[in-house]
Amino acid sequence: MAPGTGPATLFEKVWRPHVVATLDDGPDVLAIDLHLVHEASSQQAFEELQSRGLRARHPDRTLGITDHVVPVTGPWTPRAREWAEALGANCATHGIPCLPYGHRRQGIVHVVGPELGLTRPGMTVVCGDSHTSTHGALGAVAFGIGTSQAAHVLATQALLVSRPKTMEVRVDGRLRPGATSKDIALALIGRHGNLAGAGHAVEFRGAAVETLSVEARMTLCNMGIELGARMAMIAPDETTIGYLRGTPRPPAPAEIARWRTLRTDGGAGFDSRLTLDAGTVAPHVTWGTTPAHAVPLDGTVPDPRSLPDPELAERALAYMDLTPGTPVSSIAIDAAFIGSCTNSRIEDLRAAAAVLRGRRVAPGVTALAAPGSMSVKAQAEAEGLDEVFRAAGFAWGSAGCSLCIAANGDVVPVGARCASTTNRNFQGRQGTGSRTHLMSPASVAASAVAGRLAEPGSLT
Amino acid sequence: MTGISQIRGVAVPFGYSGVDTDAMFPVSGEPIAEEHGFGAALFWRWRADPGFILNDPVYADARILVADADFGIGSSRETAVWALAGAGFRAVLAPSFGDIFRANCVRNRVLAAVIEPAARERVHAYLTAHPGAELIADIVAGTVAAADGAFTEAVGIDGFARHCLVTGVDEFGLLASYQEHIDRVLATAGPLPPGTHGVTASSQ
Repeated sequence: MAPGTGPATLFEKVWRPHVVATLDDGPDVLAIDLHLVHEASSQQAFEELQSRGLRARHPDRTLGITDHVVPVTGPWTPRAREWAEALGANCATHGIPCLPYGHRRQGIVHVVGPELGLTRPGMTVVCGDSHTSTHGALGAVAFGIGTSQAAHVLATQALLVSRPKTMEVRVDGRLRPGATSKDIALALIGRHGNLAGAGHAVEFRGAAVETLSVEARMTLCNMGIELGARMAMIAPDETTIGYLRGTPRPPAPAEIARWRTLRTDGGAGFDSRLTLDAGTVAPHVTWGTTPAHAVPLDGTVPDPRSLPDPELAERALAYMDLTPGTPVSSIAIDAAFIGSCTNSRIEDLRAAAAVLRGRRVAPGVTALAAPGSMSVKAQAEAEGLDEVFRAAGFAWGSAGCSLCIAANGDVVPVGARCASTTNRNFQGRQGTGSRTHLMSPASVAASAVAGRLAEPGSLT
Repeated sequence: MTGISQIRGVAVPFGYSGVDTDAMFPVSGEPIAEEHGFGAALFWRWRADPGFILNDPVYADARILVADADFGIGSSRETAVWALAGAGFRAVLAPSFGDIFRANCVRNRVLAAVIEPAARERVHAYLTAHPGAELIADIVAGTVAAADGAFTEAVGIDGFARHCLVTGVDEFGLLASYQEHIDRVLATAGPLPPGTHGVTASSQ
């Protein structure tokens, strides 16, 4: 621990050195190490700078990436092209490096930052996207901001932001075969609600977390925002260091020594706590319109009256066209999607391919896999995974947000039901009238084959 | 920028819990926003239902939305607040909010005030019984009252949000006043080795 201070949490050890000042009315002036900028939330921020005659203060601490609206399977829409070109032009104006569409490192911002070794333990990372919490998997304080705040960061490389409370989410025990970090996340959100972490910086800890790969940790931290948390993080360990050694920016020994101090001290206090035994986590799926509407795949659609918000559940059932008591494994699907900043990394694709190998997507199911980055795509193709997906009847896309946001030409049709590895099952999220069921990559692959919601172990 | 200490206007007994920012401003609302402004795209999918409360002409000039728990969860999209503000709303009252949505409200001079669930029910019932009634949100006092004096309820307003709304502070100026210190913190406490940020499109 730092001299002169008591035991500190991981969050405090990362946040504190970045505090430039604390204002009387609350917020801290927080210095930002890395600002990731994408085409769908940055245009007005650059316009604000221009109207004030300002230039980006630290373009070397900023990276532009196109991901939200880039085409993954089809042609550009005119609006998408306009947005992507605007990002390129804005980055050029301000001397900000940019990974445009077609670049061999382009991809989803939360996949690319870590895989380039840009996101590192101990950093502050922001992006105009709520799933910036993903980067916390490497021991960074990472959170989503709005467009106005993105303009503040561009102009000053700092933010006015209130210090969150801290929450320990301890996941002990051992995951059962077939269950993943996505299922841990859905189980937590299903049990505790989608605002359980509101106002908090969550630290995921415990034996089950320590055994996860960095990719699986990213899935968990990514879903932290769906637990309502402002950010989520995991202390860096040998797994983290090994991951970073494999990036284009391997760590120096001094850096590694510093990272080893980034862990919650014994005796450090959290403002609140949740616990989960990983051994109780079955593969999960959502039936409704918030990630909190999650049940195990061997469960049933619940009675709204048994839930904390019956009125919301009634609306969800009507939207999803489901009846209480229906076994979720009997729900037929029309589409399957594997991708998004939640589950599009190489091990996600490997897990799905392992289920799909030698099998075919059920008749009537439209299936798409969209790798999280062009690097992931290249790796998957080197391993022959693209052939497995294609042979099973999946379309094999390029890197982008695709069906997680449906702002890029990929859309689930009105009334269609999609098993999806994404993070949000909100009404219309995958297209107007679309119905989303959130699952892990292996479960989506199994569902595509079965033609109904299914866990991998249930396939014959 | 000038400050705001009070917001007075017609209030909508909106209800609905768990309203996400995708519902407020779906990505497919972009063409509508481009053609008619962000306000026209507010809840545009829900507006397809003729019975949706914001389609009621009595609320055409509404300025205050009284919503239920978990308002503004999900995506960080500031377009959700631009849509609210574009449609004329200057205040949202709800028992709880999505964190990023609430932060975005401050930046757009929209009051996001926390109202206790029981008080929300009372205000909702009053507005339902008196369609088109006006409320007065007093940002300094931290209250919301019926314009006819029928009730006053306490609301929670974040201290910094109150400061920003009341003084109209310019955050760019405030942050810039710390610029030297910010740069120093980045140079000294920044944990990155030299060269880490040297990303260029061509070097990748």
